[in-house]
Amino acid sequence: MASASGFSAIDTGLSLDSLLLLLPHELVAMTSVIAMLVIAIGRNHFRTALVTFSGLALASLCAGLQLAEALELGMSSQLTPLFLVDSFSVTAVLLICLSSLALALMGYAYLFELDEAKDEYQLMLLLATLGALTLASAAHFATVLIGLEMLSMALYGMIAYTLHGSTQGASNLEAAVKYLVLSAVASATLLFGAALVFAETGTLTIAALDAGSDSLLFQIGLIMVLIGLGFKLSLVPLHLWTPDVYQGAPLPAAATLATIGKAAVAAFLMRLASGAMLMEIDAVWGLLALVAVASIVAGNLLALRQPNLKRLLAYSSIAHMGYFLVAILASEGGADLDVALLYLLVYCVLSLGAFACVTLASSSERESSDFNDFSGLFWRSPWLAFALSVMFLGLAGIPLTAGFIAKFQLFFQAATASEWGLLAAVIVGSSIGLYYYLRLIFQMLMLPESVEPEPGSDARVGLRDLGVESLASLVVLGILTLIVLWSGVYPEPLLSFVEAVAQAL
Amino acid sequence: MSLVWTLMILFFGGVAAWIGSLFHDRAPRSIALVSVVASILPLALDLVSAAPDPEASRWLVSMNAQWIPSLGVQFSLGLDGLSLLLVVLTAFLGVIAVAAAWDEIVERAGFFYFNLLWTLAGVVGVFTAIDLFLFFFFWEVMLIPMYFIIAIWGHENKRYAATKFFLFTQASGMLLLLALLVLVYFFRVQHGYLSFAYEDLLLVRMNPAIEMWVMLGFFIGFATKLPSVPLHTWLPDAHSQAPTAGSVLLAGVLLKTGAYGLIRFTLPLFPNASAAFTPVALALAVLSILYCAKVALAQSDLKRLIAYTSVSHMGFVLLGVYAWNLLGLQGAVMTMLAHGLSAAALFSLAGGLQRRLHTRDIGSMGGFWQPAPRMAIVALFFSVAALGMPGLGNFIGEFLSLLGAFSVSVSATVLAALGMIFASVYSLWVMQAVFQGGYANASGPASGAALPDLGRRELAVYGLMMLGLIAMGFFPNAFLDVSEAALERLLDLSRLSPLGGIE
Repeated sequence: MASASGFSAIDTGLSLDSLLLLLPHELVAMTSVIAMLVIAIGRNHFRTALVTFSGLALASLCAGLQLAEALELGMSSQLTPLFLVDSFSVTAVLLICLSSLALALMGYAYLFELDEAKDEYQLMLLLATLGALTLASAAHFATVLIGLEMLSMALYGMIAYTLHGSTQGASNLEAAVKYLVLSAVASATLLFGAALVFAETGTLTIAALDAGSDSLLFQIGLIMVLIGLGFKLSLVPLHLWTPDVYQGAPLPAAATLATIGKAAVAAFLMRLASGAMLMEIDAVWGLLALVAVASIVAGNLLALRQPNLKRLLAYSSIAHMGYFLVAILASEGGADLDVALLYLLVYCVLSLGAFACVTLASSSERESSDFNDFSGLFWRSPWLAFALSVMFLGLAGIPLTAGFIAKFQLFFQAATASEWGLLAAVIVGSSIGLYYYLRLIFQMLMLPESVEPEPGSDARVGLRDLGVESLASLVVLGILTLIVLWSGVYPEPLLSFVEAVAQAL
Repeated sequence: MSLVWTLMILFFGGVAAWIGSLFHDRAPRSIALVSVVASILPLALDLVSAAPDPEASRWLVSMNAQWIPSLGVQFSLGLDGLSLLLVVLTAFLGVIAVAAAWDEIVERAGFFYFNLLWTLAGVVGVFTAIDLFLFFFFWEVMLIPMYFIIAIWGHENKRYAATKFFLFTQASGMLLLLALLVLVYFFRVQHGYLSFAYEDLLLVRMNPAIEMWVMLGFFIGFATKLPSVPLHTWLPDAHSQAPTAGSVLLAGVLLKTGAYGLIRFTLPLFPNASAAFTPVALALAVLSILYCAKVALAQSDLKRLIAYTSVSHMGFVLLGVYAWNLLGLQGAVMTMLAHGLSAAALFSLAGGLQRRLHTRDIGSMGGFWQPAPRMAIVALFFSVAALGMPGLGNFIGEFLSLLGAFSVSVSATVLAALGMIFASVYSLWVMQAVFQGGYANASGPASGAALPDLGRRELAVYGLMMLGLIAMGFFPNAFLDVSEAALERLLDLSRLSPLGGIE
């Protein structure tokens, strides 16, 4: 159904040039096949990780080169009706590849001591990445569905990954089933919405959607599509799964969900906003505004007294997706998306960094996700505590971090667009948010003499007994911290880059 | 460039102090002391060698560099007479704070002095930034290290106090940021490009309703820091929990940033809204003076008491600022300087007592004149200074504020003057409770404890502050002349406003 209508309009020829445009996708796909073969030949955690790492690094390199060229030439290529490759999609591809690179390294260290099969983690990460890449460069609802499903399928496996140790048990299976059921419902809703849109407009290409914007059926269809996306972004009221799944999932899986899982869907939402003139429709705009405010308020309030770090990050991600939505809503009808892109980039770096810190303090045997695990971390392991503080201050939007620049731009855009209601929500949300981000920092500052050992938790978190397997993760964390601080102090390169990319959107 | 050097010395001195702690336990405090003293040198050299003519330009020293061109943000610093006085006060109290921490902070001294110096750097940045983005940047930068100082080296209830401090200042800071963004937005609409420069933003015209809202954002941001009733509740908690050096910095310099913001930004940027708002501001000032003086009388915690008196004295600053004439402004500036010294000294004394007795409870003190006469005399001096004894700086400041306010509102002036009576009551009451009465009769945990008197180093520090207050009291013109040109210019700005300024 989908292909019959869409393909007829545009030239379907695939030349070598157009294959080159999708090189990052192809590299990741090839890597996953190679990784599978490598596993089939013989299980070796290091070898699989090395293959994954090399493939993702190569894909990142390609994406980086493409980006440089795309920014210079202002390239925008429609590649069959299914894919659109322009500087925006290449930026998203680069972001996803780099995040996935970091996730592969984190996962390697995390699973190092597991005596069960650990190679499949990397394989599933590659598949999730491929899904995310597909989604990020989608120009057609068929591509969207394929990308979304590929991403979700891989994530089911990652969430349910077999582990041992005190933290694991039925909880990650429960999380996976929860995610599976709800995600399937969301995909079905999205599919139904796409069908309604198709019934009304006769096309499934995103860019051609603005035709029938005044028809009710079209609007209902669009709203259903947005419900499907809203579930993946865990926007209120579709957020109920988020804390449970974050808590139940192994740390690297939760990090994957929080970074590339959200980034890909968010990138597609931006594409939809700019291509389909989504924000021009009053009903859609009003609904999204309501959702954004609800996400900001609910996310921050629920995080307020949360003693579990993974749940806290889940609630904070709900709030941040609310801020991101505000950036889209205040973008003059999807025309001016540079702030949304900036927010997305910064959010990804910050949550990746926060998860990297927690992952470094954990292993598959024992996850440190309780606040008490971090008591006095500043004195035991100052660098780790410093990095985690930087990430949390960034998420709170405090100056000297990239988070401040993003929040500053968001404020400015909302004020320029005179969206006072949305702005008020952002301000109230950020003020509440300060409290719980500070709580963790305070916990880390507690003096060792005042920290009483909890009866349940024996070993204290720290970097002291990290093995060689964590070296790469440490390097990644160092780079992330530097990025956050550097763009906080000298944001000019980041800002002009984001502006250049958003202009091409 | 000298301003950049000052900031650099403080920032890198902080890093050096932290690194120094790896080599020697005692290294950080020396490094900190040297950095604070050295930080003022480039500025002094620049002022002496260039001998700038205050008539020629608004700024005695200034510099400008590109920072974030795509947002119209520049790294521009400027120093006029007003900033100069406050920067000197900051450096002076920086030395006092290091001295206060000299023996008190032993645990993790490297990180402590790092935070101390970064707070100072943030404050100096606030006093000299003339790009409002940069101003806001420093405004936030000074809070984080201060939070650490309270949260790590604070007393029994530090978690509550530190969090409250941070939430109050951050939430009000966000309002400030919002108001600033609206202001910049209007500038862009009217002039076609983005700029955060002070001189540019002075040109913005707004309709009265919007101007009032934006002004309120600025006012709340600064009044929380000042603090003024009803936004003052963080201060007593922060003060009573902070270590002595933290209290010195809080009372001595951080509160002054709020007053500085009002003088430099709120009134010149929004002359019409400020004129309309003056009655409310004066009422808040009177309320702060009287209410907090009354509340101070009811305190049993020595540091809380001094904290409330600080709020009361800051009421005089608010009064002088909103009189918006030269007398009132000079009074406000004088009060800021004098209160900076006297409050810092009183907090040091309270900290000294706490270190000796392990309590801040006034009820368990008494008769300390006998074992510690030197401390008693020093305390008497600063109490008398705080209550406004002629011949000391505080008197000049409060008197000028009242004089300035008299021409604006007689009733506010009369009521505010009552505050000086309250000040005598609580100052003398504290003296009586702590230093007089029978030493042997004192009950509670402090009774019978040995009470060492002030040492030589402490005496030297207090002597320095006494000299400062006496100099302000006897030669006020030496200080008033420095700030006069700058304040005249600020007054001119609002008079030149085409819609009519405040008179």
